[in-house]
Amino acid sequence: MVGQTAGVKPFEHIEVPHIELRSSRISKLLDVLFRNGLLICALSILAIMALFFYELASRSQLTIAKFGLHFFVGNTWDPVSGDFGALPFIYGTLVSSFVALVLAVPLAVGVAVFVTELCPRSLRGIISFTVELLAAIPSVIYGLWGIFVLAPLLRTYVEPWLAKALGWTGLFDGPAYGIGMLAAAVILAIMIVPIIASITREVLVAVPQNQREAVLALGATRWEMVRMAVLRNARAGIMGGIILGLGRAIGETMAVTMVIGNRPEISKSLLAPGYTMASVIANEFSEASDDLYLSALVEIGLALLIVTVIVNACARLLVWSITRGRGGQAHA
Amino acid sequence: MPNLNRPVSSFRKLSNLAFIGSAILASVVVLAPLVAIFGYLVMKGVGSLNLAFLMHLPKPVGEDGGGMANAIVGSLMILGLGSVLGVPLGIGAGIYMAEFGHGRLVTLVRFTADVLNGVPSIVVGISAYALVVLPQHHFSAFSGGVALGIMMIPTIARTTEEMLLMVPNTIREAALGLGIPQWRTTLQVTLRTASKGVITGAMLAFARVAGETAPLLFTAFGNQFWNLNPNQPTAALPLQIFSYAISPFDEWHRQAWAGALILILLIVIAVSAVRVVTSRGTMANNA
Repeated sequence: MVGQTAGVKPFEHIEVPHIELRSSRISKLLDVLFRNGLLICALSILAIMALFFYELASRSQLTIAKFGLHFFVGNTWDPVSGDFGALPFIYGTLVSSFVALVLAVPLAVGVAVFVTELCPRSLRGIISFTVELLAAIPSVIYGLWGIFVLAPLLRTYVEPWLAKALGWTGLFDGPAYGIGMLAAAVILAIMIVPIIASITREVLVAVPQNQREAVLALGATRWEMVRMAVLRNARAGIMGGIILGLGRAIGETMAVTMVIGNRPEISKSLLAPGYTMASVIANEFSEASDDLYLSALVEIGLALLIVTVIVNACARLLVWSITRGRGGQAHA
Repeated sequence: MPNLNRPVSSFRKLSNLAFIGSAILASVVVLAPLVAIFGYLVMKGVGSLNLAFLMHLPKPVGEDGGGMANAIVGSLMILGLGSVLGVPLGIGAGIYMAEFGHGRLVTLVRFTADVLNGVPSIVVGISAYALVVLPQHHFSAFSGGVALGIMMIPTIARTTEEMLLMVPNTIREAALGLGIPQWRTTLQVTLRTASKGVITGAMLAFARVAGETAPLLFTAFGNQFWNLNPNQPTAALPLQIFSYAISPFDEWHRQAWAGALILILLIVIAVSAVRVVTSRGTMANNA
């Protein structure tokens, strides 16, 4: 027995380098597998984007073939007779997003400037955290609040006042429902402020400190310093933030669906109900009974996809071009 | 602040004051809706919250009581399925971008991830419908999970990448210098060093999709009854809030507020947990 074990031991010793050799070969193989596995993960992002385009394009062939470009300029939406024109939805999306931007941009830039340039250090964290929290509220809760709090508020106080004060413009004609284009724009504005504000803040922080000091040393007031040294240098980045906000507003679905009134009409008045591209999909997709109807809704989705991809690509390029220098320094 | 003896004209003084005033005003106006939304959620939600709401199924129209127990469980199931898909793919893509991040391919992936992040959730919903529901011929929790998982991938990938890039190269070199293979270096040294940030990113992505409604409309679809089979239509909290909010019944409105309160609590807890974890992390790093 003793002799046997003694005989085995040196045999094992001889095998050791062989095992190491094998394990290094295995670990090389594992390295290759690991790298390729990660590559597949990374490629999945490209694949998802490609799949989105492929699925939406192939499932909207019916209406693309039947209506062509007329789909985007026709303003009758009649599923029963099979006549589809998406203009009322495009109009609603554009107007609600535009009004939301008009409301949101000054506020968002104001908050960002306040946080980076004016506010005491102790308040800074609290305000940024609160704005972040605003971005974390789900769209359906904005919608709920919009229906039961914002819309009654608009109906009883804001809209009658607007009609009286600015009725001559024709933008505030008709009965005050509360629910309508204006409510959608206000909700959208609240929702996109955090995006624009956080990008703007990022860009403002990227403006070198000595630019501010130089202008202050020349005798500028705070306002002149912000205007000349900060905002002027940051405007491309702020523009990027605004475009990102626009992208979000165009695609926002639930909150808008709940407060815009969902009527496919083009009306000059902001008090009237409207409809957007995203909300028509949300409302009608599951009841689209025939193939043409479904194809029309998918084509609206395809248009939405193309527009938001273009908008987001532009915004990212703008923001990247501003913050890249700072990012490079941080990583170096 | 430089103290200049030169007099500042009253116009410049005034415009400076107007600027400071309007910046403060803007901050107040931005924060007001947050206070209003949380105020209403708590005010209307707390009154409707009770044990029955958390334990029972929805009652038919006209009957008081009932709850959203099935929707809470359904949401967790769909989110779980989404995480199983989104977290590994997102972290994997993030590791690839950070560790093998040279060349055009990585730039393209990074850019596509950012653009994908901006694709409207309703478009993700239609795509998941076309990809999963149409071939299967029925709605399911699984297809909802696919939609939410897809939405998680770009966010997680980008935060993972950012966190890994903050790990000093010397740590990688030290591990590789000891003869540890690349895959173990990346997983057990680099990723582990950045684990706090990576987990934060995953949690934030989770919190973000937890409230998504639009991608579930034509995938998970909703259900008035218990369902634990991932292959069947399933109730989800945001879906339930939506359909109750647009209904004409007061009792359902009441329940929509209670559901919204539960949903926001879920999200706020996730986000603040992340805050606590990350701030502890920086303190530990400073020490």
